[in-house]
Amino acid sequence: MALNWFKFASPASFYPIAGRLVPVFWALTIVLLAVGLYWGFFETVDQLGGNNPQKEYYRIIFIHVPAAWMSMWLYVVLVGWAAIGLVFNTRLSFMMANAVAPTGAIFTFLALWTGAFWGRPSWGTYWDWDPRLTSELALFFLYIGYIALHSAIDDTRRADRAAGLLAIVGLVMVPVIFWSINCPDPNQCAALHQRSNLMRIEGNILFSMLVMTFAFWMYSFATGFMRLRSIILTREADSTWVQEILNKENRA
Amino acid sequence: MLEVNQLECRRGDRRLFSDLSFAVGSGTLLHVRGRNGTGKTTLLRSLCGLFTPESGEIRWQGEPIRALGDDYKRDLLYFGHLNGIKGELTGIENLAIAAALDGDRADTPALWEALARIGLRGFEDLPTRMLSQGQKKRVALARLILSKARLWVLDEPFTALDVDAVALLQRLIAEHVDTGGMAVLTTHQEVPLTSGQVERLDLEG
Amino acid sequence: MLRVFWTILKRDLTLAMRRRTDVLTTLFFFVIVISLFPLGVGTEHKVLEILGPGVVWVAALLASMLALERLFAADYEDGTLEQMLLTAQPLSLLVLAKIAAHWILTGLPLVLIAPLVGMQYHLSDTAIGIMMLSLLLGTPVLSLVGAIGAALTLGLRGGGILLSLLILPLYIPVLVYGSGAVQVSSIAITDTQPYLALLGAFLLVAMVFAPVASAAALRISLE
Repeated sequence: MALNWFKFASPASFYPIAGRLVPVFWALTIVLLAVGLYWGFFETVDQLGGNNPQKEYYRIIFIHVPAAWMSMWLYVVLVGWAAIGLVFNTRLSFMMANAVAPTGAIFTFLALWTGAFWGRPSWGTYWDWDPRLTSELALFFLYIGYIALHSAIDDTRRADRAAGLLAIVGLVMVPVIFWSINCPDPNQCAALHQRSNLMRIEGNILFSMLVMTFAFWMYSFATGFMRLRSIILTREADSTWVQEILNKENRA
Repeated sequence: MLEVNQLECRRGDRRLFSDLSFAVGSGTLLHVRGRNGTGKTTLLRSLCGLFTPESGEIRWQGEPIRALGDDYKRDLLYFGHLNGIKGELTGIENLAIAAALDGDRADTPALWEALARIGLRGFEDLPTRMLSQGQKKRVALARLILSKARLWVLDEPFTALDVDAVALLQRLIAEHVDTGGMAVLTTHQEVPLTSGQVERLDLEG
Repeated sequence: MLRVFWTILKRDLTLAMRRRTDVLTTLFFFVIVISLFPLGVGTEHKVLEILGPGVVWVAALLASMLALERLFAADYEDGTLEQMLLTAQPLSLLVLAKIAAHWILTGLPLVLIAPLVGMQYHLSDTAIGIMMLSLLLGTPVLSLVGAIGAALTLGLRGGGILLSLLILPLYIPVLVYGSGAVQVSSIAITDTQPYLALLGAFLLVAMVFAPVASAAALRISLE
């Protein structure tokens, strides 16, 4: 392959690329959000039948489920970047991991929040120790741990590497944590499982859920790259290329 | 032979030095000089593999030290700002543990002799927290007497030592270098280093 | 290799014996936390019997975490940890020895005092037996996993509170199965077997991976 990926691994060459991509991702976010929300709110109403008590509030699913999906996916992304950074000693990867973390934490929080609002009418309580909610809460703690450790260490390199290692340990533990929450009694584990099957979901609902997921994904890219650009500027403040950019902006 | 090629080190977001190359052959003492904050300690810690440089390479006998791993550490003795001795343990206990970790089965008489030579006769059985700063440092320096390492990396070894101890340390370094060893050290005090071949490396901020 | 392990183990135990208060504080913390619960939730026998396993396990979690802060701190401050990084011995082995010593000093006493606190909660003899067994299998896992966090937060201000933030979520599986085993033991003693088997499996896996991860964390923290 002639393309050298490591060329883009330098913050100096990535900064302008990210700058050009941010508006694109914002545009995609807005379009997909509009489509997804419209479809979810207005095109799926008759799908659930008139007498269904879930009729009105079920629409929260179009935010809740995609947020929960993204919260888990972004943690994997975070760990992936951290691992690449630890193995290849590339600074940009750590910056990526760093830029993803807050977005991931926000989605986790959003999933918990909307989950509580959904739980109120359907279970009659804002919080139940439902395995999925509890797992999501554990994931939220992992995000908070990453962010807290990173911000507690002054030396950026140590912060990057230490928080990265923590994220990896967290990812290794995630299946065990989720499993222990899902199956607190190993004697009757098989009976407890109740899985949702994507194929069984009605087409319109699935469509808007997927569109919303892509919207959230694009939002993650947009905010991630914006955050990345500011991280790059702070960390590379003493390098010549940042000085040039600053000079240019001052003149303009 | 210790070789350093185009080394660049950063502390946080600040570049300490870059494009640093030098070599230390056997029987050589390298004196690293520079003002505060020019990266002397960072350089020494990089040489030990405690600090990962931003770029560049450090080789020992032709092999990168990362690849050598424990084989390199067997040839290395590092003496940093901290003495690396436990206050609750006696001088002898401290020395015995250090020797065990180095993998030598140093016999007890050798340990006593080392402490005697470093000027701590009569203090061997006291917990080291009872000792003065200089005496603590002497306990730590006793490791140099027992050491079989070929490369010594010493960060400010002369601070807190009295005149006698400075002279003794100078003799130890000279002996080490004369028998084909290598030493890299930093010091702010002007200490006449009389050992075999003395080279100087100046770090500028 | 084994000799180095013993050297470090003996060293840490000797150090603790010369500064005994550190060991006792963990134990007393454990006992105090457990003794405070009945004052808060009432002393009804039924309630205490239900709460007992969970309370003991949460207290064990907190006690082990409090002690973890000191696992590497002293060696870090006086530079002996740095010297350990520079010896030609596998660092994960040295770390394992330190964790072992730490567990003997802070985990094992909790196991031994368990009958006493079990009686405070009117647990049956079988439940107390299972509790000791689950603590015996579970507390080393806490020390092993916690060591990673202790290594990562080395030398940071507010390290202790940060450590709990990082490590407590990772303790969930041990908490679930540790207290689960005690709860089930009152129904059918044979049902506790899968719980204990899981705790044993956690212990084995943690013994293999946690020292390696802690060693990597120490290298990062000491740069």
